[in-house]
Amino acid sequence: MTTTSWTVANSRSLARRERRRRLGPLSILTHIALLVWTVLTVVPILWTFLASVKSEEEIFGDAWSLPAALRWDNFARAWEQAQIGQYMLNSVVVVSFSTFGTMLVGSMAAYVLARYPFRGNRAVYLLFVSGLAFPVYLALTPLFFVVQNMGNVPLVGPFIGLNTHAGLVLVYIAYSMPFTVFFLSAFFRTLPTAVAEAARVDGASHTRVFFQIMLPMAKPGLVSITIFNVLGQWNQYQLPLVLLQERDKWVLTQGIADISTAAGYDQDWAALFAALTLAILPMLVVYTVFQRQIQAGLTAGALK
Amino acid sequence: MFNTYRRGLFILSFLAAPVTLYLVYVISPYMQAFYIAMTDWRGVTATPNFIGFDNFIRLFSDGIFWKAVTHNAALLVLLPLLTIVIALFFAFLLNVGREGQGVAGVAGSRFYRVVFFFPQVLAVTVVAVLFQQVFRPDDSGMLNAPLMAIGMDPVGFLSDPDIAFWSVLGVMVWQAVGFYVVLFSAGLASIPRDMFEAAQIDGAGRFSLFFRVTLPLLWDTVQVAWVYLGILALDVFAIVWVMTDQHGGPDFSTTVMATEIYRNAFQYFRFGYASALGVVMFFFTIGFAILSLRLSRRERIEY
Repeated sequence: MTTTSWTVANSRSLARRERRRRLGPLSILTHIALLVWTVLTVVPILWTFLASVKSEEEIFGDAWSLPAALRWDNFARAWEQAQIGQYMLNSVVVVSFSTFGTMLVGSMAAYVLARYPFRGNRAVYLLFVSGLAFPVYLALTPLFFVVQNMGNVPLVGPFIGLNTHAGLVLVYIAYSMPFTVFFLSAFFRTLPTAVAEAARVDGASHTRVFFQIMLPMAKPGLVSITIFNVLGQWNQYQLPLVLLQERDKWVLTQGIADISTAAGYDQDWAALFAALTLAILPMLVVYTVFQRQIQAGLTAGALK
Repeated sequence: MFNTYRRGLFILSFLAAPVTLYLVYVISPYMQAFYIAMTDWRGVTATPNFIGFDNFIRLFSDGIFWKAVTHNAALLVLLPLLTIVIALFFAFLLNVGREGQGVAGVAGSRFYRVVFFFPQVLAVTVVAVLFQQVFRPDDSGMLNAPLMAIGMDPVGFLSDPDIAFWSVLGVMVWQAVGFYVVLFSAGLASIPRDMFEAAQIDGAGRFSLFFRVTLPLLWDTVQVAWVYLGILALDVFAIVWVMTDQHGGPDFSTTVMATEIYRNAFQYFRFGYASALGVVMFFFTIGFAILSLRLSRRERIEY
């Protein structure tokens, strides 16, 4: 009994000594470099969290002072007066519909282009993929007028013109097509054909094969690209800036940018930090839970 | 016969929605932009006047345009360079950096990867507003407070025209590094371990392990990273528009092509001029893409 515990303790201390021996000057430098970047990454974010519970005077005082009391009411003001709650809801609504739409029509197009040879297939594919190379800024001005004109279409016009969420959703879907089609059609090409053929022989329609067989098989690819699109559309700023000019319709990125750019002497700085915190925290939570999938999803395009 | 018909109908029905949306919202604006670029359209008249290449001629004698191009060009060189060097260094440490026998990353490498990647998840606007506060010019700024505490003058990170550009670059690198650490780590993970072990047995130290083994094997991934970061540098908008003084200032010291397009179109309502700028930007982007495709033709190392 005593002998075994002695042996265990001894081998542990041996291992520790071994590790310490290995920790040469280079290793210490390594850890210092890694720690420095960790600090650079984490501290600005933590500093923002800290400032979100400070009072106005404390924010204008020494940046590194601690708050005398925790001002949770900053968050209430950010949520209500600065309308962060409204903007966040708008973002959730827009991104839910636009990501769902992107995945639906994107996977449909990608599947047909990957699996059904027909005249013009290559041309349609190239049309989609060419969008990867265009800077969105070239399209910005005409896009504004395209969306404005959509507002004049009979019946649906009022829902898809300027300052409408449905209009922005359609634009998001269209601008997500190049990467979604590019990525998913490559993915559909790698899937085996046998299962789909067997189902066809058994009398399943093309549509049914797609929804009940191919989509479930393509799940890993769909997950990656969904994450990519959710984050991309959630973080989009340029397109809503041009297409949504009514304050009530704004998405979160516009709201955050506005609190700081519309600066004045009556600026509510404490609420600004609270708003930033409200924008960062959900991302932090989602990222902590899904970090493996998020890293895979965002780097998926580059690894292809 | 009936089957062919059904197949055709299926293809049509699946392509109808995506192709229509894409033509209406993406292709048609791009086409129109090339035409609008040759007009003096300011949005008031119904029919814009065709003025040929006048916008482009005016553009080339526009000092602000050249400032914007210079900043994009500087970013095009510096952003990939800094980001890739830093990210490669960390990816190496995290994956093959442990000293002694065997090949492994340093302790806690998973933790570091998770932390480094996080800024990538944040919206650029959020990062821009955050750093606007970090860079405050007095002791209420996160960076200036310690500088002033040790008796130095505060740095005008965003208010000094000579420094503001470097602040923009710094923030972009800050946000990008983690993504490329993960990307390079994935690249390193696909290289067989025996490559490194063989080199170690042959007596390679960490430096030659990095320059003689890791870098050549990762070269493909590095090129992909270069193209991505180059596009990022040409496309930069939100960080400049939201973070800097006067949307690209002070005194246009941080302005880029995208912010000038937006400013001309939606603040000055010079739609023709803004589109001409867009056309120039388009050719820069295409030029960069073609150039990098050309240069990246290099023999692959098979393993």
